[in-house]
Amino acid sequence: MVTNATSLGRSGLFDWLVQRFSALVLLAWIAWVSIGVIAAAEFGYPQWRALFAAVPMQIFSLIAVLSLCAHAWVGVWTVTTDYLNEAHLGKAGTAIRLLTQIACLLLTLSCLIWGARIFWGSG
Amino acid sequence: MTGNRFVTQAFGEYTLAGFANCSAKNVKTARPVNLDLFSIKWPVTALVSIAHRISGVLLFLAMPLLLYLFELSLSSEAGFRRAGAMLASPMPRLVGWLLAVALLYHLIAGCRHLLMDMGFGETWRAGKAGAQAVIAISVLGAILAGMLLW
Ligand code: HEM
Ligand code: HEM
Repeated sequence: MVTNATSLGRSGLFDWLVQRFSALVLLAWIAWVSIGVIAAAEFGYPQWRALFAAVPMQIFSLIAVLSLCAHAWVGVWTVTTDYLNEAHLGKAGTAIRLLTQIACLLLTLSCLIWGARIFWGSG
Repeated sequence: MTGNRFVTQAFGEYTLAGFANCSAKNVKTARPVNLDLFSIKWPVTALVSIAHRISGVLLFLAMPLLLYLFELSLSSEAGFRRAGAMLASPMPRLVGWLLAVALLYHLIAGCRHLLMDMGFGETWRAGKAGAQAVIAISVLGAILAGMLLW
């Protein structure tokens, strides 16, 4: 089996499954929030806040943030591995890819923590 | 693996041989490589596939902005109105529309991707019809989003 030190689960099949599962979670969360907004008779801050207030929704949102970051990391990893390599960029390819991946990972982790702060405790 | 699916989804099996020289690792260095980007055909399925990738990267870069808008709009009544007011000026509204379209597109093309992963519509004809459907639905969605924003 081919493994790669920078992929999320060190296995293509695992990463592939993570990206599918997280896509479904995101789809469900986006649909739920959209329906909540569209279905509201009148829409303003109280309704918007109430949408994220219940504890089950806080848990759902936290799972969505986690899914977003897993999905984003696997996705960006795939794209950077496809293009930022020695075949495309010559000798410096690997260094450029690893530096870019470190930057993307930091952004993803920051968003994970920030997102958790926003949606956890929005009651 | 993801890469190979990407190519298969975009071009169908029959062009995969043409991409054999894409993978440089196990290839003798003397083999010719097609370097002329404009000589590559872009069937609708390929456009839908690469646009899914571009929209994904765009959304990745926009994550901080989206989180900021969520934080602001959920923080207080005033923050909610400020987030709304922000989307009222022309440039931010354009950015908002572009991101909404990117998300909508990525989501619809993503659904097609998931369906094809499950084995639906993998023939060339069905793949092409699906790709055209993705474009049609996305254009409708983009117009609808524009009408909501302006
Ligand atoms: C803001 C949220 C999202 C971000 C930042 C994002 C980002 C990305 C990125 C960067 C990729 C990699 C593209 C590639 O490999 O070509 C990707 C792939 C994918 N996305 Fe998303 N995505 C988001 C939401 C969604 C949603 C809601 C769905 C639901 C349908 C979805 C479905 C998919 C699928 C199925 C793939 C795999 C494509 C492949 O294997 O080639 N994504 N996403
Ligand atoms: C429609 C245009 C193209 C698409 C969709 C495409 C897609 C891809 C994908 C998905 C991979 C990863 C394959 C895998 O690891 O399974 C790849 C690798 C590669 N591509 Fe392309 N490609 C395109 C055009 C080109 C062109 C024009 C060149 C030459 C300049 C090129 C050179 C390469 C090389 C050298 C690799 C190998 C990277 C490696 O395995 O280390 N590609 N391409």
